[in-house]
Amino acid sequence: MIAAKERTKAAAGAADPMRPELYRVQRSRRESSDTFTLELTPPRGYKPTPFQPGQFNMLYMPGVGECAISISGDPADDGVLLHTTRVVGTVTRALNGCKAGSRVGIRGPYGAPWPVAEAEGNDVVFVAGGIGLAPLRPAIFHVLAHRRQYGRIVLLYGARTPEDILFKPMLRKWSSRLDMDVYVTVDRAEAGWRGNVGVVTNLIKRAPFDRLNTTAFICGPEIMMHYTVLEILGRGVNEKGIYVSLERNMKCATGFCGHCQMGPFFVCKDGPVFRYDKVKRWMEIREL
Amino acid sequence: MTRIKDIATAYLPAEGLQALIDTLRQHHDRVLGPRVREQAIRYETISSVADLPRGVKDEHEGGRYRLHQGEEATFFGFVVGPDSLKSIVYPPRLTLWSMKRSGHEGTIEDQDEPVGSTAILGVRPCELAALAVQDKVFLGHGFEDPHYRQRRERLFLVAVECLQPGAHCFCDSMGTGPGVNGGASWDLALTELVGDGRHGFLVRAGSDAGREMMAKLPLEQAGDGLEKARETALAAAAKSMGRTLDTDGLKKTLYDHVDHPHWEKVADRCLACANCTMVCPTCFCSNTMEETALDGSSAARTRVWDSCFNLDFTYIHGGHVRRSVKSRYRQWMTHKLASWQDQFGVIGCVGCGRCITWCPVGIDITREAAVLQGKPTKTSGRTTS
Ligand SMILES: Cc1cc2nc3c(=O)[nH]c(=O)nc-3n(C[C@H](O)[C@H](O)[C@H](O)COP(=O)(O)OP(=O)(O)OC[C@H]3O[C@@H](n4cnc5c(N)ncnc54)[C@H](O)[C@@H]3O)c2cc1C
Ligand code: SF4
Ligand code: SF4
Ligand code: FES
Repeated sequence: MIAAKERTKAAAGAADPMRPELYRVQRSRRESSDTFTLELTPPRGYKPTPFQPGQFNMLYMPGVGECAISISGDPADDGVLLHTTRVVGTVTRALNGCKAGSRVGIRGPYGAPWPVAEAEGNDVVFVAGGIGLAPLRPAIFHVLAHRRQYGRIVLLYGARTPEDILFKPMLRKWSSRLDMDVYVTVDRAEAGWRGNVGVVTNLIKRAPFDRLNTTAFICGPEIMMHYTVLEILGRGVNEKGIYVSLERNMKCATGFCGHCQMGPFFVCKDGPVFRYDKVKRWMEIREL
Repeated sequence: MTRIKDIATAYLPAEGLQALIDTLRQHHDRVLGPRVREQAIRYETISSVADLPRGVKDEHEGGRYRLHQGEEATFFGFVVGPDSLKSIVYPPRLTLWSMKRSGHEGTIEDQDEPVGSTAILGVRPCELAALAVQDKVFLGHGFEDPHYRQRRERLFLVAVECLQPGAHCFCDSMGTGPGVNGGASWDLALTELVGDGRHGFLVRAGSDAGREMMAKLPLEQAGDGLEKARETALAAAAKSMGRTLDTDGLKKTLYDHVDHPHWEKVADRCLACANCTMVCPTCFCSNTMEETALDGSSAARTRVWDSCFNLDFTYIHGGHVRRSVKSRYRQWMTHKLASWQDQFGVIGCVGCGRCITWCPVGIDITREAAVLQGKPTKTSGRTTS
């Protein structure tokens, strides 16, 4: 111990959690004017950690930077990794430029998942706003794959315009199922739209679920989640049955950078999915 | 770095301090200690007792720091400077890895170099406490930071107890000083005693490595008198803290006062300069930046210290979560004193007082907390020297 002058091996005796693996883009699929889905495969010899619905990865574009994106694929399918992203700034724009063969750095999966196992035996209500459908999709895949474990399955989805509706073929398929109720609404209709118009919270009043045995999974802008929770509570669902997924600036996803803090929580590791009663107090404080 | 009982206590006459430095230098790649640089006491490489700021006193007040050369023979008659161990175990700027590109292909390489062993002389008790807090952040909660680990594992810590606390100090309130007890494990602890015509150090070992080191020093029997002198001096030091902070119910006070009008008052003065977070030995926030070669052939990820006082810290598409300075100061202080407890099981403040001294407008965490606690406050503490 005292003759401590000999040198240790590099820092990376243990792996650096900030170091990504370079995945290959198989395909980039357009979902709407500003949203696309990347299909990615891991580098040869690398075995990814299986993900749980609601978890996210940090996506890295060489020369540009990194950002947090939820996994939008089927947790039972470990062949390809799916990320559905809306272009809002520098990194998301660069990701949008990826073509088959491009490399994207991936590290993860991170964060607390939607508690799909705990919801077994209950009706499950998914409420999605905009891009919020992407982080919910793996949970929907899961409950449909374990259909008999759940009561009614309801999806309430609000998009800005009909053009912005994500995963249209999949929504059509889900709508046609007899064991799932799908309601879609848009903020602004266009000619030819025959569905609902208005905010997604309007759909909650008549959605079919048993207030005493319901688990609600909500993902969308914070203000939308706020009103959605109020409506669901109004229907008599217990706070402890409601889950929300929060968004904060994230630089590390490993609890080191401090950026994602919200009161006592690190959204990256304690969340992003939280049971509503645990975060209610903090969500109500402005500029927290 | 196993913690063992303080088996050994002995006396090192002041003339033996050079032998300690020499022995440290023989066994470690670098030896750091307090040194005056740019009118501040900083951790710098030392090779001789002549490098130490002998007789130097530091004056601390809100927004004020001055060094004065005094006549005293003491080697450690000052308290903390703007540096803390933080920059040694968690460098302000560190390239984590880089990537070389050719076409679509790329290879990633770790960039952090192996570090040598570092012995540090003159580590204050609050510094040890801060290191224990940082350990929880970087090693104790889920993910582990290998960059921190490799630096942390190769420290040899020679602590020095504080017998003359500063006007900004409140370690006694936080239970982190002025004596060495608890905190991160240390190797040697010194107490500088002057009296009865003698000047020297009471030396204790806190680890096996420390005990081995002691065997190499020109030590003398300590005797009960010196141990008593140490206790008396520490008790006096605890009573002469420039500031106090009542930690009773602190978490609840902060959580319950998010809307207190005092936040607005602090915000009126706060420049959001982030000085407090930079000098704080426990603040750990960082950003990771992308650095690219001009020809695009390579890129690197560099981690730099960041601060919750920066507006962009909370940017998400559509706006910043903490727009107002009020919300940012509230975040900082609430994190230190309250949410840190939920996150890591300890208070995030060790009472070193740096944020008070290096705040250009003299915002004072102890005073601001006292206002929230509804306690009467005095505007300033006593000045040392
Ligand atoms: C847990 C989590 C899951 C997410 N899942 C998805 C998803 O599935 N699909 C999707 O399209 N988006 C998702 N987002 C949002 C996505 O991270 C941001 O849109 C993205 O960071 C924007 O980066 P940019 O460089 O393109 O934007 P810029 O505006 O150029 O970003 C500047 C910086 O601000 C930060 N930032 C900006 N917007 C956000 C934001 N909304 N959330 C967090 N940080 C932000 C980033 O640190 C970024 O580096 C998720 C965010 C989080 C926290
Ligand atoms: S908050 Fe201030 S007094 Fe407390 S540890 Fe940080 S710098 Fe020191
Ligand atoms: S409290 Fe003082 S040191 Fe900290 S950001 Fe505000 S002005 Fe700067
Ligand atoms: S994203 Fe860095 S601490 Fe959560």
